[in-house]
Amino acid sequence: MVTIQKYVRAQSLEEAYTLNQTKANRIIGGMLWLKMGSGNINTAIDLCDLGLNTIEENDEQFSIGASVTLRQLELHPGLNSYTNNAVCNAVKDIVGVQFRNLATIGGSIWGRYGFSDVLTCFMAMDSYVELYKAGLIPLKEFAYLKYDNDLIVRIIVKKAHAKFHYSSMRAQRTDFPIIACALSCIDGKYTAVIGARPHRARYVSDNENILKDGIDDASADAFAKYVADNIKTGSNSRGSAEYRTHLIKVLTQRGILSMKEGDNK
Amino acid sequence: MDIQLTLNGKKITDNIDADMLLIDFLRKHGCLSVKRGCETANCGLCTVLMDDKPILSCSMLVARASGHNIKTLEGLQEEASEFVGFIADQGADQCGFCNPGFVMNTIALLRENPDPTDDEIRAFLAGNLCRCSGYEGQLRGIRAFLDSKKNI
Repeated sequence: MVTIQKYVRAQSLEEAYTLNQTKANRIIGGMLWLKMGSGNINTAIDLCDLGLNTIEENDEQFSIGASVTLRQLELHPGLNSYTNNAVCNAVKDIVGVQFRNLATIGGSIWGRYGFSDVLTCFMAMDSYVELYKAGLIPLKEFAYLKYDNDLIVRIIVKKAHAKFHYSSMRAQRTDFPIIACALSCIDGKYTAVIGARPHRARYVSDNENILKDGIDDASADAFAKYVADNIKTGSNSRGSAEYRTHLIKVLTQRGILSMKEGDNK
Repeated sequence: MDIQLTLNGKKITDNIDADMLLIDFLRKHGCLSVKRGCETANCGLCTVLMDDKPILSCSMLVARASGHNIKTLEGLQEEASEFVGFIADQGADQCGFCNPGFVMNTIALLRENPDPTDDEIRAFLAGNLCRCSGYEGQLRGIRAFLDSKKNI
């Protein structure tokens, strides 16, 4: 367990940012992953008073505050309508409702965890991280930046003519995923994002136009093989690299066929 | 640091350490239904309601709960008494250790969704682990309670 000397509810983003420049201080987010660690935190910085706990939607985008919980994402009608329930499907098996009422999108994205369903799912969309100092950065780029002392204010998802699908393989409900597969078709371009490889999510776009002439069994198979061939997997206690590569093919193929049928359940 | 919160309808002011967890605060204030289980935010044993939403008290600083409304099983006896007998009738309480967390989360489920399907019950209670029963007893008990309401 971590020890904490002082707790501060930041009253402005500037105050949170300033406190966060000291190495011994930490933004606590939902605190679920932080609590699993050890060590000493001088000042725990809490963003809970900054009004970052809402999801705003307009014709162009969703603006999701850093303190929005995974449960809010799961239940948001607009976000789930836009993503064909991909967001709900990405978070619904993350431990339990109680956990998802605490875990935040800001903490999930900032951590850039290899096992993260949230990172995998949002990388499939046209998503941006709004950092307090660095401004807007595409999530696909942010996922591979080094950790620094900036802070996430919001996640922005720009709307497009798009379709999404999310699935994962778990040894059992509530466990970490063995592999996670988010698929998108944005303005006609298909992309697969594979998480829990077990490393950070990677994406592959259909640059060879395998799905250009439409989705059928053969093109879905070919795209699934293309994704599996282009995503490096590794082994850990949940599964071998070979098993993960096999699962990538299965989940990608099934997901692409579902996108054709419009069945994203 | 000083905090103030409402615990089971009663305003409480206390001086706490910055890293005190909500579970330890609640037990210090006599809410012994709130128990420590897995220590990894997985088992649901420490479930309480904060502003009517179920949360894990083992994973929240009590400092963050300051200004909020906390309910434990001690404050929800009447609401729980409506259905816990149905769960007991199914033999779902064996060692009973998981029971308070299960009851708290079932209260949250039935407030949000008064007529859940079996799959919705399983999904909502997935974050409550029981090492005795295999979950079927709890499911049968909740189903029996819901069916009894329809038969009234």
